[in-house]
Amino acid sequence: MRKKTKIIGIFIVLPSIVAIAIFVYGFISWTFRVSTSDWNSFSKLARGMYRFVGFRNYERLFMDKRFITDLWNLLFFTLMFMFGSIALGLILALLVDKGVKGSRVFQTIFLYPMAVAFVVTGTVWGWIFNPGIIPDSPSGINLLMKGLGFESLMWKWYISTEHIGPFNLALIPVAIAAIWQMSGYVMALYLAGLRSIPQSIIEAAKVDGASSWKMFWKVKIPMLKPVTLSAMIILGHISLKVFDLIYAMTGSGPNNVTDMPAIYMFELTFRSNKYALGSAISILMLLAVAIVIVPYLVSAFKKE
Amino acid sequence: MRRLILSFLLIFFLVGVLAASQLEIFSWWTAGGEAEALEALIKVFNKHYPDVEVINATVAGGAGTNAKAVLKTRMLGGNPPDSFQVHAGMELIDTYVIPGYMTPITNLLKEWGVIDKFPKGILEMCSYKGEIYSVPVNVHRGNVVFYNKKIAEEIGMKEPPETWDEFITYLQKAKEKGYIGLALGDKNKWPALHLFETILLGVLGPNDYNGLWKNEVSFRDPRIRRAFEIMDRLLDYVNEDHAALAWQDATRLVYEGKALANIMGDWAEGYLKSVGWEPGKDFGWFAVPETQNAFMVVSDTFGLPKNAPHKENAVKWLKIVASVEGQDAFNPIKGSIPARLDADRSKYDIYLQWSMEDFATKALSPSIAHGSAAPEGFVTALNDIINRFVTTRDIDSALEELLIAAEDEGYLTE
Repeated sequence: MRKKTKIIGIFIVLPSIVAIAIFVYGFISWTFRVSTSDWNSFSKLARGMYRFVGFRNYERLFMDKRFITDLWNLLFFTLMFMFGSIALGLILALLVDKGVKGSRVFQTIFLYPMAVAFVVTGTVWGWIFNPGIIPDSPSGINLLMKGLGFESLMWKWYISTEHIGPFNLALIPVAIAAIWQMSGYVMALYLAGLRSIPQSIIEAAKVDGASSWKMFWKVKIPMLKPVTLSAMIILGHISLKVFDLIYAMTGSGPNNVTDMPAIYMFELTFRSNKYALGSAISILMLLAVAIVIVPYLVSAFKKE
Repeated sequence: MRRLILSFLLIFFLVGVLAASQLEIFSWWTAGGEAEALEALIKVFNKHYPDVEVINATVAGGAGTNAKAVLKTRMLGGNPPDSFQVHAGMELIDTYVIPGYMTPITNLLKEWGVIDKFPKGILEMCSYKGEIYSVPVNVHRGNVVFYNKKIAEEIGMKEPPETWDEFITYLQKAKEKGYIGLALGDKNKWPALHLFETILLGVLGPNDYNGLWKNEVSFRDPRIRRAFEIMDRLLDYVNEDHAALAWQDATRLVYEGKALANIMGDWAEGYLKSVGWEPGKDFGWFAVPETQNAFMVVSDTFGLPKNAPHKENAVKWLKIVASVEGQDAFNPIKGSIPARLDADRSKYDIYLQWSMEDFATKALSPSIAHGSAAPEGFVTALNDIINRFVTTRDIDSALEELLIAAEDEGYLTE
C-alpha cells in the first residue's frame, strides 16, 4: 500500500518536473548557448548558420557604454527602490498596527497600488512627473509647485540629464513610482509579521519597563528580521527585472538616463535581431537574480 | 453512440470546410484611423470574395515592435500568416526575403497588368535580385514640415522657407515671440532619427542619400557632418521637455498654438485633422528645407509568405491590395496616399493631393527610422546614436559612433 501511494505521487509530480526541466532549465541552457554564438542577425538563424564564439558577446557588452550605464542605473534603482519600499512599508505597518481610527480603510488604500499593473503606474506617474516647459508652461508636479509658489523646486524630473558620478538624478522619480507601487505590499508583509509577534513577549517587555522606542528597536525589529529578508528578496528580483514601468514612464530617457538591462535586452533582441547579445544580457540578469536568491535558499535549507 | 460519432464527423467536416476558405491578415493596425482603414480594405475583399472568412490578426503596441516580434517567431516556427503588413525596403528584404521566407510575386503583378501602375522607385524597394516580393498599399511622406498658420502669420512667414538658414531665421523669430520653434517628441527615440534623416536627405540629395544604402556613397562623406551641424542648430529651438513627449504630443504643441512647426511624417496631418483642424486653413505644410526635390517614403506593403496556409486566398488578397478600388478604400481613411499613380485624386484632401503630385514627380528615398533604408540592427544603433547626440550635442563622437555602427552592418567596405 505504501509503495503504491509513492508511485502515484511520483506520477502526479512527474509532468511538472518534466515541464520545468524543458521549459525552464532547457530554455535557460538554450539561451546560454545562443549567448555564446555569433547569431546577431535574423538571416543567420533562418539559414541555421551560427558559430560558437565563446564569451565574445559578453566582452562586447562590457565595452558598450549603454550597457555600463544600465548596470549603474540598475544598482542605484535597486537600492532606492528597496530602501524606500521597506522604510515606507514598515512605517505604514506600524501606524496601521497601532490601530489608529480607520486604519482598516488605510490598509486597503495602501495595498491597492499593488493590484495596478506596472504599465499603468508608469503611464500615470509619467504624466505626473512630465516636467512641461520650465518655467513658462510647466505641467504635472511642476504646475503644482508653481501654483504653491515653490518655483525654485521645479525640476526636469525624469528627463533630467544631471548626474552625480554614475548616478543619474532622473532615476529618482522612477524610483518614487516603483515605491508607490510596492510599499503597500511591504506594509502587508510587516503587518502579518507584527501580528505574529507573541503577545506574551510584548507583555514581558512592558513589565520590564521598556519604553515604546526601546520596544520598537529591541523587540519588534529583531522579530521582523525574517519579514525584512523576504521583502528584500521579493523587491530585489522585481527591481532586477524592471521593464514595463520604465518602458511606459520614460522610454529609457534622454541619453539612456533611466535605461535598464531588460529594456536594452528587448531592443537588441526584438528590434535589432541581435539575439546573441540579447541572450548574453538575459544570462547576466539571471545571474544577478541568482545572487539575490541564493543566500535566501541557503538560509532556508540550513533551518531545515 | 453512432449518432455521437456521426456528429463528431460532421463537426470535423465543417471545420475542414471553414478552414479551407480562410485568410489570415497580420498587421499592427489597431489605432483609430488605421484599424478602420484595414476594415474598409477587408470589406472590399469580401465584396469580391464573400465566401472567404478573413481573420484580422493584429498585435497592438510599440509602433509594430510587438507585432514584428510575434511575426518573426511565427515565420521561424513555420506557421506564417497568409499575408502580413511590412514596410517596403530592408524590413522586408533583410528580414524575410533574404532568409527565403517569401514567394516572389512579379509574375502575378504582370498578369494583373498593374506593374507599370506603381512608380518604379517604390517597386524597387520591394524587390530583391530582380524579383518583386510585396505589394505596396499606401505611401506616407516623411519629409514634411507642418506649421501653425496663425503663428506663421504673426512672425511674417509667408513663403515656405527653402533653406535651413531661412527656416532657422523664422524659428528665431518664433522664439523671440515666446513660442517653441520646432516641436519634438522623442520619448520613443525614432522621432529624433526621423528629424535627422530628413536633414541628411537634404544635405546629400536624394541620389547620394540612396547611394548610402547601396554602398555607392560612403558614411565617411564629409557632408554627413553638416547634417549633424544643422541638427545641432535646430536643437536650440526645440521644446525643453521633448524627451517626455511622444510624437502626438509634439504635434499637439503646434495645434495648441505653443509651437510654430513640427517635422513629421504625414500621419501628423491625420492627427491634426482628427483633433479638428482643417488642412490649408488652420495649418500649412512644406517639404523639409533643402529636400524639395525629394520624397521620403514610408510605405506599407503586403507580401506572400512561402508557407502561407491558404495561398490561393492570399493571392486574391494581394490582387485587391494592388487594385485601385482597394487602395482608394484604404488610403483616405488611413490618411496616406495610394501607391498607385492612377488612383482617384478627388477622394483625397488638399494636403494629400499635394503629396500625390510630389510622389509622382519627385525622387523617392527610403526612410531609415521606419525600417526601409537599412537593416533593423543599424536602425536601432542609429536611434541610440541620435538619442545620445540630442543630449550631448557632441558631433565628433556621434560621427565616430556612426562609423562603428556602419562598419558593424557591413556598409564600410571600401
